Order: sequence, then structure tokens, then C-alpha cells
Amino acid sequence: MHKDIIIAGVGGQGILTIAAIIDLAAMELGLQVKQAEVHGMSQRGGAVESHLRISSEAIWSDLIPLGKADLILSLEPMEALRQLPFLSPKGLIITATEPQGEIVGYPSVDALQTAIAATGFHLLVDATTLAKDAGSSKSSNLVMLGAAAPYLGIGNKVLEKAITTYFAKKGETIVATNLRAFRLGAELTD
Amino acid sequence: MEKKLLLGAEAVAQGAIDAGISGVYAYPGTPSTEITEYIQRATEGNQPSVHSRWATNEKTAFEAALGVSYSGRRSLVCMKHVGLNVAADAFMNAAITGVHGGLVLVVADDPSMHSSQNEQDSRYYGRFAMIPILEPSNQQEAYEMVRYGFDLSEEMRLPVMLRITTRLSHSRAVVTPAEPLAQNDLNPDCERNRWILLPANARKNYHRLLDKQDALRQVSEESPYNRTISGSGERAVLAFGIAVNYAMEVITTHNLDIPLLKISQYPLPVEMVKQFTARYSEILVAEEGYPLQEELLRGFSGDNRYRGRLDGTLPRTGELSPALLEKALLGFAEQQEVTWFEQTRTADPLRGEVHPLVAPRPPMLCKGCSHRDLFEAINRAMNDYPAKHVFGDIGCYTLGALPPYSTISSCVDMGASITMAKGAADAGLRPALCVIGDSTFTHSGITGLLDAVNDCSPLTVIISDNGTTAMTGGQDSAGTGRFFDICKGVGVDEAHIRSIVPLRKNMEENITIIREELEYEGVSVIIAQRECIHIRKTKNR
Repeated sequence: MHKDIIIAGVGGQGILTIAAIIDLAAMELGLQVKQAEVHGMSQRGGAVESHLRISSEAIWSDLIPLGKADLILSLEPMEALRQLPFLSPKGLIITATEPQGEIVGYPSVDALQTAIAATGFHLLVDATTLAKDAGSSKSSNLVMLGAAAPYLGIGNKVLEKAITTYFAKKGETIVATNLRAFRLGAELTD
Repeated sequence: MEKKLLLGAEAVAQGAIDAGISGVYAYPGTPSTEITEYIQRATEGNQPSVHSRWATNEKTAFEAALGVSYSGRRSLVCMKHVGLNVAADAFMNAAITGVHGGLVLVVADDPSMHSSQNEQDSRYYGRFAMIPILEPSNQQEAYEMVRYGFDLSEEMRLPVMLRITTRLSHSRAVVTPAEPLAQNDLNPDCERNRWILLPANARKNYHRLLDKQDALRQVSEESPYNRTISGSGERAVLAFGIAVNYAMEVITTHNLDIPLLKISQYPLPVEMVKQFTARYSEILVAEEGYPLQEELLRGFSGDNRYRGRLDGTLPRTGELSPALLEKALLGFAEQQEVTWFEQTRTADPLRGEVHPLVAPRPPMLCKGCSHRDLFEAINRAMNDYPAKHVFGDIGCYTLGALPPYSTISSCVDMGASITMAKGAADAGLRPALCVIGDSTFTHSGITGLLDAVNDCSPLTVIISDNGTTAMTGGQDSAGTGRFFDICKGVGVDEAHIRSIVPLRKNMEENITIIREELEYEGVSVIIAQRECIHIRKTKNR
């Protein structure tokens, strides 16, 4: 088993939370994990990505090689496109549709969706609406994790356990909201 | 022991705790900050206690760590690469005194300058000081090498440098910890001549340092962290630190028959390297940072077997990656396979070419940040002057150099705003205005302000005080609540130490105050005080 996953978005969207939950789940299964993150200056509204590699064998590089990612999981459509050089020819893009577009030169939503569609196998998710349905607009990242669940090589039960562990300190309500968000996402790709 | 998923920085921290440190001394700086933060969280309430409060700058941190060592206990000192420039005086001379309790200096380099103003390679400093350098390849090694470094430091009675880079510091992996050690007992060194660097003593100490070099090389020859990974090809790789991972990623993925010598401990194990390289017609030198070892290996000898950053096989600047090593090694193996590089769906991602629709997303000042209201006030106050120069410094407020503000004219090193403005004022520039953050001011600004006071330089210093070291994530700032007293104590006239609150509703008043002080022919300070919005949010939670 070996999965190379790029998680992308904008600083503050909860990218490192998704990565941490997958990490926990992978460790629960006894898998090897390497997960490179972005800290520092880029977090001030910049593009943020995490390279997440999980494997039953030893992992050498902390960075995913160009053209090797099995999945780009993005919380923002243009950020999905930014990571394209890492995607394998057989790889999949799963991205939230809501743009974080308050920057100079942000493309039109139509152009973005056309470009993403042109890459091949892809899935667009209205994570914002589903997160509100789950009870908190902040849980978009968990909706996206749910949508990506079948492609991670980790069972949903293990992921749900990791979500529960991760949010335990914040109380039962927050655990429940995030689990709901995860399940709403997971229904899309079941 | 239970396995943990740790950032490289956290693995270093856990390694230090388990090696029985009595204290960590550090000033925040990406990518080194997480080491101290982890120790602060993990040792809270521990008995005996572990010191972990932030230092005012890297030099005070290093010297305090040296004092712990003098007392016979183990201390860790952490900084980013440019921080070592600040601590260099203490660092160089600690190699001359030597140490008593183990002292490990962790320096986190930032190749590709993700969050830095240069990509200097700290291994030069280690070589300069003639001390051992450890360069772990992965998180488990980072954990283990801290303890190994403390043992080596006490055995050789020298400081040991542990060099990591951004990628290792900010990447997580599973780490298996060892049984923790207890702290050393208090046992101050009584060998005075070693610690008093009067010339007569220093000459003897320097000879003692030189005499240790053969022993240090011998330890490197036998180090468990320097080893050969076999292969039978004609060409080989000499890989240092994290570069080992990229080379091995390529070798294992493509099943290449390329032997590799992994080096993670310096001084260079010369015999090991000689024996290894003698067998091959071409050797790729893969090192993260400057081509330090490559340059030494080529020397003036005309030995043209070496490939690397100096002949263009790898780029001269920037961080290494799997793709860069692939390009170099596939060329080596004369393999015609389709590479990852060619598979990618853009023209040339190595040159940073992304999909044409993708717009850059540069870092920005946060919405509601006090610096925003300050920069607007400065711009409007400076409108009346033909020369619009504002000397800047290191911190979030460096982003005031970017649109829409474009206020800042310079950003060089910690504290340089005040001293450059002073020099410009001496040269005749009016108005001479500078902006410095609160933490940067205590780090390196106070001495420059004293220079300006002593010279009566016509200069206006704005201390943008958001109550925290914001850029690195909100660490405590050394002078919070005391800036008026500090400036007064340094000798600034009380009437020209002004306070403003950078809020939209105070805009006109703030502009007036800035204008008044710009017109003053002497040293003035404006303390612009408003809490960082992130700290405020955290407090309100």
C-alpha cells in the first residue's frame, strides 16, 4: 500500500487538520507516514500545501516527486490547479468549488472549472453548503476529507475514530459536527 | 517506548528532553521555532524543571546556554540560520573555551528562502569553529542525534552543531523514542584558565582545539550515521543529510544500480570518502545548501569526477527535490526511461511554471491588523515630503513593502531599520524614518537607538508594538509594556516619546503626531501600540 496525497488550499482553511487526521488514521493501521507542511510567512494568506505520503513500506523523500501524486485534495479550486505538476497521469483531483478570490488576477470560476475538468478524473464539491448542513461553516475541510475517503486507502471507520480522537479535547458537540461533515462528504463518493 | 508522529523540529525537541537537558535557550525564527515551543508544552510542570522561556536574541540565548554548560548541565540552544550571525561571537569563542556540560546548538537553515532573507549554509560556521556537525537525514535520526550530540559534546568537551533544514523541520514522521535520561547534577567547572579567554589562555585553548581535530575526524569515520549503501555501477552518489532521501527515492523507484555514501556527521570522514570515491569515474555530490563539500572535494586538484551544484548537474541555488535528483541520476545511469519530470502536465515545473490560470498568492497583512492602519498613516504623513524613504525591519510588518502600502524601502537584518535610518540621517536624508516591531526592537534595536541618542541624529523611530512576536506565530515579546521606560532609559527626550493607537478612528490624530515628530531635529520615538489580532482572538477564546 502506498498513497501520495497533496492537500492544498489557503492559510486558515484547515489543511493541516485534514493532514493530522489522516496521519492519526494511518498510524492506527501501523503504516509509515511522512507529511511535509508549510509554516511561517506563507501562512499569512498565502497558498498552503501539505505533502502527505502513507505506505506499508519505508518512505524516503518528505516531498512527493513531481507527477507522482495519487490525489490532489484541495479546499480551493485555483489551489488545486496550482498543484497540478505533482499529479500522476492516473491521479485524481477532488476540490471544493468556493473560490478564495480576493487577489489580483483571480480567474473566472467557469475558466477554472473547465481547466480542472480538462485534467481528467476529477470531483467538484460544494463543501461550503454541506458544511452548513452539518452545522458549522468551519467544517468544510471535514466534508472534503469525507469526499476523499474512498481514495485514501484507509477505511471510514478508522478515519472516524481519528476524527473523534483529534477533536476530543474540544468537546462532544464539535466532534459530532465534524463527524456529520465527514459523513456528508463521504456520501458523495460512496 | 510509544511511537510518536513528530515534525523534525519536534523530534529534535523530544530528543533533547530525553537527553536530560536542563534548559533550552532560543529566539523564535522559522524554521526553528517549533523546537522550543514543543519543549515549553512538553515539560510544563516537570520536576526538576527545564528552562524554556524565550531569550531576547540568539546571542543572549547562546551565552545563557554556555552558562548552563559551565555549571555542568546539558543545554540546547536553537535558532534559524541568520540567528547564528547574531550569536556568532559567542559561538566562535565557545569553541575556544570548550564546554563542560553538553551543549548542542540546533541551527535550522532555510534553502530556497521560504521565510528568510538569505539561504546561508550553517555548515560553514561549524567548519569555521572547528566543531562537530551533525546533519540528520530523517526525523528518527534527528531524535537520536540530539542525544548522540550531547554525549559527543561531553566526550570531546566541545559544542556540537546539529544542522537541519526547513523540509526536515516541517515534515512529520513516526519516531520511536528511547528511555529518557535524568538531568546532570550541578557541577560547575573549576578549570578557570579554560574559561578566561585572555590571550595567554586563549592561545593554549586554540591549540587544544586544533589537537582535537584528528580525534573528531576519527569519530566521523566510525559514526553510525555515515555509511555506504551498496551498488555496483561505475558512478556513485555522495549524499549529505536530507539529500540522501531524494537520492534514495530515485534509486529505489527506478531500480538504479548506483552506490551511495551517506554522510550525516562532520568533519568529513576523509578516509571513508577517499576509499569510496576511488572506485568511481563520476560522483554526484548531493548536499542541501551551498556546494561546500563539493568545492572541497574538487579543490584545486583538477579532479573532474565530481558532479553537483558547481557544474550545473544540480542547480547552484535553492532546495533540492526528488525531481532534481532524478534528472541528475537518470543522466548518470544513462537510462532513457520516461521521467516524472516529463510526465508532468506543465511545460517546466522546475522553473516554477504552473497552469497559466493560476495567479500568485503572496503573503499579506491580515485583515484588521494594526500595521495596516499604521502604514496608511505613515504614507499620508510622508505625502508632504519629496523623499519618501522608510527603513524597515524583520517581521510581519515587512509586508508593508508590498502593495497596497509600498511603505517600506529597506529590510536587511534584525535591528537594521534604526541604524540605517541613523546613517541616512547622518548623511543628510530628511526625514529619516524607520519602523521596527516590538520584538525586533528588544532583539537588536536598543543599541542602535543609543547610538542615535549619543549622536543626536535627527531620526524618528516607530515601534510597531503588537505585543507579540507575530511572524513566527505569537511568542512572548521581551519588552511588552516597557517601551516608554526603555526609550527614556536610553536617553530619548520624554517629550518626544509619543504613543498612538493605530486604529481607523485615530487616523487624523496619528498622522498629525507622526508629522510633528518628523519635523523634530532630534531623536524621537512613536510607540504604535495595538495587539496582534491573532493573539487577541486566542485570548478571547
